[in-house]
Amino acid sequence: MSNPDASRALVVERVFPHPPQKLWRALTESPLLAQWLLHNDFEPAIGRKFQFRREPMPHWNGIIDCEVSVVEPLKELAYSWTALGLETVVRWTLTPADGGTHLRMEQSGFGPGREANYNGANYGWQSFFNALERTLADLD
Amino acid sequence: MATSNPNYVFRALADPTRRAIFQQLSRHGEQTVHGLTRHAGVSQPAVSKHLTVLKRAKLVRHRRDGRETHYRAQPEALAPMVDWLNLYGAFWRERFDRLEDLLGRMDP
Repeated sequence: MSNPDASRALVVERVFPHPPQKLWRALTESPLLAQWLLHNDFEPAIGRKFQFRREPMPHWNGIIDCEVSVVEPLKELAYSWTALGLETVVRWTLTPADGGTHLRMEQSGFGPGREANYNGANYGWQSFFNALERTLADLD
Repeated sequence: MATSNPNYVFRALADPTRRAIFQQLSRHGEQTVHGLTRHAGVSQPAVSKHLTVLKRAKLVRHRRDGRETHYRAQPEALAPMVDWLNLYGAFWRERFDRLEDLLGRMDP
C-alpha cells in the first residue's frame, strides 16, 4: 500500500454487479442513502455540512456531523465524519470492474493521518491511537 | 470489575500527560506517586489529580501500603474503546450488505 496511513484506516471493498451510475445515485441521493446507510440531509456539494443520525445509545446522541470535501461524479466522494469528538474522513472510490463496479470505502483519521488534524488536535487523538496500540501490544 | 464508563475512559485518555502516566504504569507495573512524578514532567499534585481522573475511568487502581499508595494500570478498562473501534468495522460491512440489497431493488 502506498498510503502510509493505511494501517490506521478502516477499508471495506466490494464489487457490485451494477454500473457506477447506479452506485453513485445510492451514494448521493439522500433518500436512497437513508435506505442503506443512515438518515441524513446530505447533498453532493463541496462544503455542504450535513448530519447522519443513528439511534441514540448510552453516552451518545447518535449524531454524526459531516462536511463534504470531494465530489467527483461517478468516481470519488469524501466527507468528514465527526462522532464522539473524533473526526475521521470517509472516502468512497468507484472503479469500473468486470461486470460491475468496485466500491471502496476508506475511513481514515484513527491515527496520525494528514486529515485527522482538525478536531483531532484539540483532543490529542492522533497520539492516542499510537499509545493505545503500544499499550495493547505491551499486554501480550 | 464494574464496567468503565466510556465517557470517563475517552476523557481520561484525551490528555497526553494522563496517557503517559497510563503508559508508564502499563509498561513498568505498580508505582507510587513519587515514582510517577519523576517521569511525568509535572508536579506531584498534578500527577495526583491525573491519577484521580484515571481512577474514575477505572484505568488505574490503587492499594495502600503503610504511608505509601501504589498505583497500577487496569488495561481491561480500555474495553469500551476497543469495542467502539470494532463496532465501526462491523458497521460498514453490514451497511455494504444493505447497499447490495438496495441496488438489487433499484431500477437499472
